[in-house]
Amino acid sequence: MTPLADIEAAITAVGPLPDVHAAADKLLRLSEEVIEHWVTARGEEPTSELREGFRLLALHRQGAKGDPSFNACRETCREIVYHYNLVTMQSELAETTNRLEMMKMISSHLYLFVSGKMQVAALGEFCCSAKPIRTSTDFDSGTTKEA
Amino acid sequence: MTTKDKYKKVAYYPGCALEGTGHAYNRSTKAVGKELGLDLVEVKNWNCCGAMEVKNVDPKLQTYLSSRVMSVAANEMDMDVVMAPCNGCYHNLKKAEYDLKNDPESVEVVDKLSKKAGHKTYESGQVETIHALDWIKDAIGEDGLAERVKNSLSGIKVANYYGCMYTRPRHIFPEKDAGPGSESTSKPHFMDDLLAAAGAENVEFPLKTACCGGAHTLSDSDMSTKLVLNILKAAKLAGADVIATECPTCHSGLEMHQIRAEKTLGETVDIKILYFTQLLGMALGLKPKKVGVHENISDSIKFLKAKGLA
Repeated sequence: MTPLADIEAAITAVGPLPDVHAAADKLLRLSEEVIEHWVTARGEEPTSELREGFRLLALHRQGAKGDPSFNACRETCREIVYHYNLVTMQSELAETTNRLEMMKMISSHLYLFVSGKMQVAALGEFCCSAKPIRTSTDFDSGTTKEA
Repeated sequence: MTTKDKYKKVAYYPGCALEGTGHAYNRSTKAVGKELGLDLVEVKNWNCCGAMEVKNVDPKLQTYLSSRVMSVAANEMDMDVVMAPCNGCYHNLKKAEYDLKNDPESVEVVDKLSKKAGHKTYESGQVETIHALDWIKDAIGEDGLAERVKNSLSGIKVANYYGCMYTRPRHIFPEKDAGPGSESTSKPHFMDDLLAAAGAENVEFPLKTACCGGAHTLSDSDMSTKLVLNILKAAKLAGADVIATECPTCHSGLEMHQIRAEKTLGETVDIKILYFTQLLGMALGLKPKKVGVHENISDSIKFLKAKGLA
């Protein structure tokens, strides 16, 4: 597995030539590795299963189990898959270079979000309501207890 | 009463951000409402929705704070709809509504705190919380908006950026993903619909609900800058001239980190950032100042002049 710190540069280094197919494969693999890091850091074995034909989506689902804030990157993963399909299934089109470039940006976003979240677990907890709603610890802590 | 009629007069909950960094959103929302003949009645003596500071420490206290806003609207103002343009406030009020409908412990805590504070306890279902997008979409609609357009936004390519709180978590928004005409949590489109009705050309934008890094803008500014820079570059690559926003946190984050990216990373992305209400207001014939363009951090006037909107 590529070290997390090296993934950003690896994504940036992916170029369209000579083979856009290979480039899209590489970006998809790097995106999977980003989530593998997240899953591994949670003490789990990254799944090798597929979801809707993609391991990335299965990995995301695994990473979000018990941590709803991780859903803040669910659409990002789906967009990576969508762009992968666009690039690999319509690689003869003139837009392919642009689409690959977009896929790189989306992959970078995934990397930035996940690596940020690995430093500060609370990242995304406001934005996507990460904290499980209604936990006993929530109820027992803080002001409400004394109210 | 139809939804269209119901939304013609709503309780307006601006929230803290719209009195500070998001003041242009406040100004433009009110100006658009006035222009469209919609009545906004500000919630009396409103309080913080609980935002992230309270929610992260004690989610049930956040539920109470949001419930108080709804209680004032329902019990002291006799309103049945609360409109919150800020994604954070909208999200928190919806979350409180969900909690009070589904969690007896939350009901108990809210009742206890409401009694202590000396106001009527909010009961789930007393008001409906909506976003500014729902408000215009349902009260006026695309056709109604198109009829009122004086300065078409044609020739302006827009990337619509919704941020993450408008659609997540999906279970607190039961009205979304409810079939044709409803908002989608995975591919939101209400802002796209409204701006298209005003003549804008929406671009395909894959990061429309991606994280802007708002949550760690203070703890890790470099990360926020990189996330924003990525959003700006993706919008540019998608062909956009403008990123339209509907959240004050995202908006100020995009504007501030656009400048920070120039200073710290030497990366300049020439793309304008405007609230969707500012774009709609100008399409309805309002001058840029009326919709607070001068209050934005970035300067869009030259661009707006070139597009015939200023």
